[in-house]
Amino acid sequence: MTQVSMTVNGKSVSGDVEGRTLLSSFLRDHLSLTGTHVGCDTAQCGACVVHVNGEAVKSCNMLALEADGADVGTIEGQANPDGSLNVIQQAFQDHHGLQCGFCTPGMVMSAAALLKENPRPTEAEIRKYLEGNLCRCTGYHNIVKAIMAASGQDAGKIAAE
Amino acid sequence: MPKDSGIGASSKRREDVRFLTGAGNYTDDINVHGQAYVHFLRSDIAHGRIKSIDTSAAETMPGVVKVFTGKDFEGVGGMPCGWEVTDKHGAPMQEPPHPILAQGKVRHVGDPIAAVVADSLEQARDAAEAIELDIEELPAVLDMKAAAQEGATLVHDDLKNNICYDWQLGEADDAKVNEVFANAAHVTTLDLVNNRLVANPMEPRVAVAEYNRGTEDYTLYTTSQNPHVIRLLMCAFVLGLPEHKVRVVAPDVGGGFGTKIFHYAEEAFCTFAAKACGRPVKWTASRSEAFMSDAQGRDHVSTIELALDADNNFIGLRTNTYANLGAYLSTFSSSVPTWLHGTLMAGNYKTPVIQVNVKAMFTNTVPVDAYRGAGRPEATFQLERVVDKAARELGVDPIALRRQNFITQFPYDTPVALTYDTGDYNGTMDKLEVAADLAGFAARRTESEAKGKLRGLGINCYIEACGIAPSNIVGMLGARAGLYDAATVRVNATGSISVMVGAHSHGQGHETAFPQVVADMIGIDESMVEIVHGDTSKIPFGMGTYGSRSLAVCGSAMVKATEKVIEKAKKIAAHLLEASEADIELKDGQFSVAGTDKSVAWGDVTLTAYVPHNYPLEVEPGLEETAFYDPANFTFPAGAYACEVEVDPETGQVTIEKFTAADDFGNIINPMIVDGQVHGGIGQGIGQALLENCAYDENGQLLSASFMDYAMPRADDVPFYEVDHSSQTPCTHNPLGVKGCGEAGAIGSPPAVVNAVLDALNSGGKSVDHIDMPVSPSRVWAAMNS
Ligand code: FES
Ligand code: FES
Repeated sequence: MTQVSMTVNGKSVSGDVEGRTLLSSFLRDHLSLTGTHVGCDTAQCGACVVHVNGEAVKSCNMLALEADGADVGTIEGQANPDGSLNVIQQAFQDHHGLQCGFCTPGMVMSAAALLKENPRPTEAEIRKYLEGNLCRCTGYHNIVKAIMAASGQDAGKIAAE
Repeated sequence: MPKDSGIGASSKRREDVRFLTGAGNYTDDINVHGQAYVHFLRSDIAHGRIKSIDTSAAETMPGVVKVFTGKDFEGVGGMPCGWEVTDKHGAPMQEPPHPILAQGKVRHVGDPIAAVVADSLEQARDAAEAIELDIEELPAVLDMKAAAQEGATLVHDDLKNNICYDWQLGEADDAKVNEVFANAAHVTTLDLVNNRLVANPMEPRVAVAEYNRGTEDYTLYTTSQNPHVIRLLMCAFVLGLPEHKVRVVAPDVGGGFGTKIFHYAEEAFCTFAAKACGRPVKWTASRSEAFMSDAQGRDHVSTIELALDADNNFIGLRTNTYANLGAYLSTFSSSVPTWLHGTLMAGNYKTPVIQVNVKAMFTNTVPVDAYRGAGRPEATFQLERVVDKAARELGVDPIALRRQNFITQFPYDTPVALTYDTGDYNGTMDKLEVAADLAGFAARRTESEAKGKLRGLGINCYIEACGIAPSNIVGMLGARAGLYDAATVRVNATGSISVMVGAHSHGQGHETAFPQVVADMIGIDESMVEIVHGDTSKIPFGMGTYGSRSLAVCGSAMVKATEKVIEKAKKIAAHLLEASEADIELKDGQFSVAGTDKSVAWGDVTLTAYVPHNYPLEVEPGLEETAFYDPANFTFPAGAYACEVEVDPETGQVTIEKFTAADDFGNIINPMIVDGQVHGGIGQGIGQALLENCAYDENGQLLSASFMDYAMPRADDVPFYEVDHSSQTPCTHNPLGVKGCGEAGAIGSPPAVVNAVLDALNSGGKSVDHIDMPVSPSRVWAAMNS
């Protein structure tokens, strides 16, 4: 067991982990931050995406020890300080960008990272960026629309209602 | 004007807030104090005889609580099948045992052989590696036609052959069918494969079970679409437990698409082991495990023949299908190629003579059961592909050929056992032609050609039968369950309402749409109504969610229960208003006496029901009603879809340029949710048509066992979809006039995609009749260059 310390959603946390403990398990099992989901074992689905030092990272593909000292953001830390949904979360609700909700935390975290690096992405850029995030429910239509809306673009004009 | 609340409004989903903030409660988020973890040792070969299993080393490994093998379950029932199909000679289907852990033989890659329960998952996994197996490998039975031959290796040694049943529907007189075909002016024949799929809800299956020694109660948390059904099957057929001692909870569930309907061995195992180990037991499937243990979908090999007269009227249809059931009968697998497939072969057309033949086969593959659409996509694919091929052979417009043969009079008795209550197939096709801008296709094709691409347009229609019912009929057809649903409307003293429903929401948005109905009926704000689902200890009973049935069946029960509540509330209001009950009207949450300005508010009446001081003596206090609803018939959503593709003639790469769906779902409660359901279905249908394939090699090894080699549709594989559901013929026999929309997209889209690809290739001067799904670049390229 090795001690690992990091900042998660602005709070300092630490815990004892095995060398093989994944960041996703550390978040879910040690910190009870179960909003980060695990949908595969080959780093393909993106349900587990979190931010590590501002970058979108698949937390199932990183050891907890590798995140030692890092600044980690998860879905639980995304809402506005008053608890209301942030712009991306609100756009997902407004545009029905989620159904079962299982892929949703990863989608929202990926969308946030995309908009940080590209504040007005085109439809094609969004679709390309989401290559590592699988959703089985929505057919992606409303996810792409929600991300366009969150970036201030009129998704209604581009996509059919 | 779109409505802003109640029936017909696109109310935003209230469940979204918890999902968007990481506050959902999925089964894997549940941890029970003291829980141990189970790891299943699964077969890595497709077929073999178990000679010995030595668990002694594993038992002494660190953290191990107990190791189980098939022997531990000898006195326990096997996994049951919920539908007995009778074959065409009147014999019941062959029904082999399906043990929780393998006994005697392993029959598919992934078949569980042993289970290790340990303090941690890592310890359970490590110990499983120490189990010594001696298994004699046997030849794997894979090809369905070969498996049907006399003398073929048997998947189940105790059965007479590998054929579960040889079933027929429609015209039983072969001579009559032969005569129709002999007299036909034209016959179109097509051999096709409906590719095997893996449902892959993004949440893998999970089960957590605990046993309370003091009360002798069990609780099972599981990723299920129908917790009551799981409880019933597990208690009555597998473990022999009294139902009232078992609570099954399906909390937030991350998608199902059919594959979470079924009762799985892992659920029964955890429940059994929780008592045997004296500790709660948790199992979380890895995705690789899901690929070899979730029931898979489709996998039909068919030959279909369509007979037309000299005027291009459809005069006869005959299909012969081999349907793969895999190694064991999963819960509803036997019903899929039969009553959910054969009955749909009339489609939207008035073909007078139809004969459907289905041989269902056991093979050494993962069991196959219902996946979104379940039988109806297979029927639609056959029919709409053969109609398209006929149009090409005859040189007629594929839309005109369809229109000419549409059923236009309702109710309509098909030759394959169904009665369609209502529909307007021409009206829906009219909507499609406009929504898809078919008039502009020629110009779009020219544009594509200027870029060096071939552009194709594919059209198809579909009909589906949803809300499977009524119970007395399905019972005659072999169902071992009723197919009603139930709801309890509990009105609280202050007027807010909890509705306990038997349907389960795992993405469908019931928590939003169902309150819209109840609030609308009473005239109160939607926020006053809340849905409770997914817990056998909280809801009256429920058959769950599948077959696009939730609103049509459970929603109808909810309407009936709400009607009872209103009827009783009117009695109370009449007493308060000193008027006759017959004169009481309910509108906008106010009870008033017709023709007067006397009224009393909803909240005053509900409070009176619980504080019955000034109260009618003959009425019981309280305000809570339950209704069970058994539909009179299926519902019949129908639609017409159009897909436009571009094919790169250099590489065979297909891209979907435009996809339009025109559906008739009857009345609609929440259009936003309905659109979302159609989008999701189309996404899966495009996945089946272009990308997805569950493949086994010649030894029965599963080749597509992870997202690395099973191609799931990604955001850049699909376009924005155009969805039109303004064609509405309300269902005639349920109180909401709704038909169901959950499966339509997955049923209607694969043939549209394939038809479009073939249209593109033929426009480029290639004569290509058919390409099997998935229509991959290599298959397209091969077809173009053959
Ligand atoms: S769980 Fe991390 S990518 Fe699937
Ligand atoms: S909303 Fe269910 S997987 Fe995306």
